[in-house]
Amino acid sequence: MSQKNMNNSEDKLVDAGVLSCQNKSRRNFLGKAAGASVIIAPGVTLIGISSAQSNTDVDGADSSKRWGMLIDTNQCAEGCNDCVSACQQENGWGEGSTDESHSNPEQQAQWIRTVTVRDKDTGHTNQLPMMCQHCAEPPCVDVCPTGASMQRADGIVLVDKHICIGCRYCMMACPYKARSFVHESLHDQKAYAPRGKGTVEACTLCVHRVDKGEQPACVESCSSGAMLFGDINDTNSEISKKLKEVGSTQIRADLGANPSVRYSGL
Amino acid sequence: MLIDRLKVRIAIVSVVLGALFATSFMAQSQSDAENSSSALNKQVTTGESCVKDTSWMRRNHMELLKHDRDRTLRQGIRPVDGSIKECVNCHATKDDHGQQLSINAEGEFCAGCHSFASVSIDCFDCHSTKPEESVVGTRR
Amino acid sequence: MKRVVYSGIEGRSLGYWSMMGVLALFILLAAGSFLYMEHSGHHVTGMNNQIVWGIPHVFAIFLIVAASGALNVASISSVFNQSIYKPMARMSAILALTLLAGGLVVLLLDLGRADRLIVAITTYNFKSIFAWNIMLYTGFFVIVLTYLWTMFDPAMHKHTRKAGTAAFIWRLVLTTGTGSIFGFLSARQGYDAAIMAPMFIIMSFAFGKAFFLILLLGIYNLTNRSISADLIERLKNLFGVFVAAVLYFAVVFHITNLYAAEHADYESFILVNGGIYTAIFWIGQVLIGGVIPLILLYSPMFAHSVKSIVTASILVIVGGFANIYGIVVGGQVFPLSLFPGQEVSSSFGDGVVNSYVPSLPEILLGLGGVAVAMGLFLFAIKVLRLVPNNLNAEHTETTSEVPC
Repeated sequence: MSQKNMNNSEDKLVDAGVLSCQNKSRRNFLGKAAGASVIIAPGVTLIGISSAQSNTDVDGADSSKRWGMLIDTNQCAEGCNDCVSACQQENGWGEGSTDESHSNPEQQAQWIRTVTVRDKDTGHTNQLPMMCQHCAEPPCVDVCPTGASMQRADGIVLVDKHICIGCRYCMMACPYKARSFVHESLHDQKAYAPRGKGTVEACTLCVHRVDKGEQPACVESCSSGAMLFGDINDTNSEISKKLKEVGSTQIRADLGANPSVRYSGL
Repeated sequence: MLIDRLKVRIAIVSVVLGALFATSFMAQSQSDAENSSSALNKQVTTGESCVKDTSWMRRNHMELLKHDRDRTLRQGIRPVDGSIKECVNCHATKDDHGQQLSINAEGEFCAGCHSFASVSIDCFDCHSTKPEESVVGTRR
Repeated sequence: MKRVVYSGIEGRSLGYWSMMGVLALFILLAAGSFLYMEHSGHHVTGMNNQIVWGIPHVFAIFLIVAASGALNVASISSVFNQSIYKPMARMSAILALTLLAGGLVVLLLDLGRADRLIVAITTYNFKSIFAWNIMLYTGFFVIVLTYLWTMFDPAMHKHTRKAGTAAFIWRLVLTTGTGSIFGFLSARQGYDAAIMAPMFIIMSFAFGKAFFLILLLGIYNLTNRSISADLIERLKNLFGVFVAAVLYFAVVFHITNLYAAEHADYESFILVNGGIYTAIFWIGQVLIGGVIPLILLYSPMFAHSVKSIVTASILVIVGGFANIYGIVVGGQVFPLSLFPGQEVSSSFGDGVVNSYVPSLPEILLGLGGVAVAMGLFLFAIKVLRLVPNNLNAEHTETTSEVPC
């Protein structure tokens, strides 16, 4: 990751005396955020209303955390597409967006999709949502030439579109086909989910919601309770307890990428 | 000897002239920029003031944005001064029919200055050019 | 002792200018295609989210691989002291540079954000094989230019051997890097193989040599310079060994894959029921790129004609292109194995073979890369003293007395 870059620009700003006056104006911004209600998600530590500038916010991504998901494929209702629709609506891609009308379906973004798995011998069938698995050892981050493909301290894997050159090597490397390349100019983006032509994108685990202490849109939309979100590192979180209790699978565990999205019932 | 002295004089004179020329040129271009941007830009805000005073922002907003974009995206530090989302929330305007305008549309807050200064930016290839839905409702 | 006399080609004939004109036309078409794709976005191309690297990458990788191979003749003279090759070393080095330039142009112009070239060359993730490649390409230019300097400047002749050795090692590392772009991709059935690196090296020997032979024999024919039969024979035999070696590596690659049940589906796709990709392998790579050229080079019926050597070289280029196409596109159309041993289906092409149809702008962009390489080369041999006035035996032999 290009930490180097970041530090450089920080130094420059300190020189220019910019950072010194940051606290005052930061409060102005926070004033607006303070009204936001705080949802207590499963496995998310309670965030007091008085401190909208929770630790997550001010100190940034917390390296003691590892955000993850447990998907119970037995609960995933056949034919249900709620998680996909919720993601589309939240992040402004696919149905409901006026963008990507020139691209064919194979070219349009797919942050999350439902996949049907059928055992060739037994005929047993499962349906499950498939998206960026937010690997602990993400191949996409390893291969990215510029460091645009990156992993936050709390395990969320993102694309830094500021320095993405659109080489698509990460898409070659991803075992889950979780990433999409934007094939045309966009105009209908959501303010919190920037995306644009010539860069690669994928599920962000709804990082903008997670940083506010909320759950990803797909998890919130799942009425059957098949999706559980939380901090895998926190032994007291609901997801950790469940992971300990039921057997879960990593998709393509053989690759050693150690995804943070786990599946049970497979 | 004489020639040497002459050389020194020529050197001094040319340095002084050069410096004068440079400063006057800079002053000129500065006042150009200020005149034009006040003419071009509607001063639109919803809050009382920006994160820094206007003249500072005019010159340095890009540094601030560039610095804080990395903090936000890579480190997850959300409350930052240089938030392009907040630029848009405050500075995007509506037309006479109440239709929300893009902040980078011709003559609007971002484009007005940038097109005058011949600066091409790619911020809005990815970033939304309209205020967040939650903000729109609270606008005047 | 006789010295080798180099000269530029005259480059004033109708033939020269019409060649340059055609190349310029292709470069213009490529520039137009680039602007079109850049402006509209990649939805106007045949690529999609399943096939992310299309025919421009095939052209780019092909040219980059050929580039390092084109340096071979120079390496043989400087590193392995084969003085008979020495007069051709300058041409060989220049061709390596121009082919690489052509390949890189295509690679860069097919980026989603080609306007961010500055990011690509200033911001590195040192864990990325792709980033290493960017440095390997840049280093190649520097080292080969230095190598050329030592060949041109009499005062630098004493360093030719060192520079040549450095260039030789560098090109081996470079092609290892190119092959590893695929070799390192553990998630895809068609890649994930260490053999990719040496296989790309041997491919580079063959493709680079094919380009070199066509140009060498073409120039000598068109400018009425003479070249000894003995030299042609040696170049031809070496070329044949490289072509055979490419076939050998293909055999080892596929046999190894066949042995592992895990890869059985991919192998049956490429070798038996993959439709166009099976045809590309057997007809393109094996027949056109391997078997027929070997017959042309070694069968007593054809073996001693310059025409058959040039034909074989052209076929190796066509077959080599098919080879890279099979690796790059064939490896992507085959579905990812998300759940090994199970059937997968979705609305997004899981579990099915995807399709890729190259679009015209993509093809034109790729051809533009070839035109850039060839145009630069033709320009270089006009303005620089690269081509020996003749390559007759007595001249080439006496050069052995010139210290390397």
